[in-house]
Amino acid sequence: MTNLEKYDKLFLEAFRLQPEELPGLKYRGIQAWDSVGHMDLMSAMEETFGISISTPDLLDFSSYEKGKEILAKYGVEV
Amino acid sequence: MDQEALLGLGPYSLNREEKTALYRRELAGLTRRHRAGCREYRRLLEALGVPEGGELAPEDAPMLPVGLFKEMDLCSVPREAVFKTLTSSGTTGAQVSRIFLDAETSAMQQRALYRIGESFIGDRRLPFLVLDSKRALRDRAMFSARGAGILGFSIFGGRTCYALDEDMALDLDGVRRFLDGRQGEKLLLFGFTYMIWKHVVRALEERGERLDLSGSILIHGGGWKKLAGQAVSQDEFKDRVRRALGVETVLDYYGMAEQTGGIYMECPCGHLHASVWSDVIIRRSEDYGVCAVGEPGVIESLSLLPRSYPGHAVLTEDLGVLLGEDDCPCGRLGKYFAVTGRVPRAEVRGCSDTYEG
Repeated sequence: MTNLEKYDKLFLEAFRLQPEELPGLKYRGIQAWDSVGHMDLMSAMEETFGISISTPDLLDFSSYEKGKEILAKYGVEV
Repeated sequence: MDQEALLGLGPYSLNREEKTALYRRELAGLTRRHRAGCREYRRLLEALGVPEGGELAPEDAPMLPVGLFKEMDLCSVPREAVFKTLTSSGTTGAQVSRIFLDAETSAMQQRALYRIGESFIGDRRLPFLVLDSKRALRDRAMFSARGAGILGFSIFGGRTCYALDEDMALDLDGVRRFLDGRQGEKLLLFGFTYMIWKHVVRALEERGERLDLSGSILIHGGGWKKLAGQAVSQDEFKDRVRRALGVETVLDYYGMAEQTGGIYMECPCGHLHASVWSDVIIRRSEDYGVCAVGEPGVIESLSLLPRSYPGHAVLTEDLGVLLGEDDCPCGRLGKYFAVTGRVPRAEVRGCSDTYEG
């Protein structure tokens, strides 16, 4: 699996979405991506990519697209 | 001030003069906003004869008694914009506050809490030992203040362990497994004062067990009312926590469901501090006049965060005393104070009782 596939899969499974719903998806944009969903998603990201996300980055992780920029800071190219 | 600039301020960076100027402006804006957005709030201000527009000194801004959030739904945004409804814990059977949060308010609360907490905890996420049960997070659409507290502080946490099981019993084996290999590491412990006392400290004492969490930091909130009922003082709580858990840094915070995010953290000198995003005004219970430093009264809490409900100036049912302003030995600017108890029931009801809806 590519990093993009892994990345997408985390969203799809965490929030039970279809792939076409991912572009433009925002934190607090859907009920499932609330603060509980966010913390679960962050843990899953950390586990999947073997990284540890800082609190400021965790708060900046505000959309599907922004998340890719954040992961790039940790050397994970999505 | 735009949100970025507001949330970009240092949490304890404004002196009295600067903060007063900020609050004159921001509170006027929030009052206008909620007056336009919330019909009940508008009618209340009209009933109280509060004129429209214009900046007021922070102590003259119209305040709502906290009990009003239990009696009516106060919401300044269309219902479809409400992302989360927060409820105050409230004792069983008693009415609870219902606080309506939109995405914007929710995000601002989270960021303010981060900035406040960061200055005590740091920006590295620490292993997170929650001194509560995961049950507190069960209903996601309708969070209790307890759930919101745990979740709020979880942004500072990494790997997480809940110390209490579903039945609120201490899962000592689970905790020991979590601590295994983390000796001497700095952990973040978080919980509610009474839960920590009853289900962790007392439970450890009864079993004759201790944990060694030296180097960790414990943050607790939720008030002293229940503990004061058991005649446990703040000093005794700290001593017993230190003995049972071995944790040196034990910090209390004061906050409320009606103003989530802008919590008042206890500094190492033992004083609760107002950050730039919130402020306290201690008032005399007879006439709501402003108390002097050292004079006990009822706590009014201001917050610049609420955008989706009119909770920017709330008269609480807590008693407190202002200890000083801009001169705490810890170096933080702003007011610092202590919470001393609860207003005897039925005393702070004036405003909401006269409101006829």
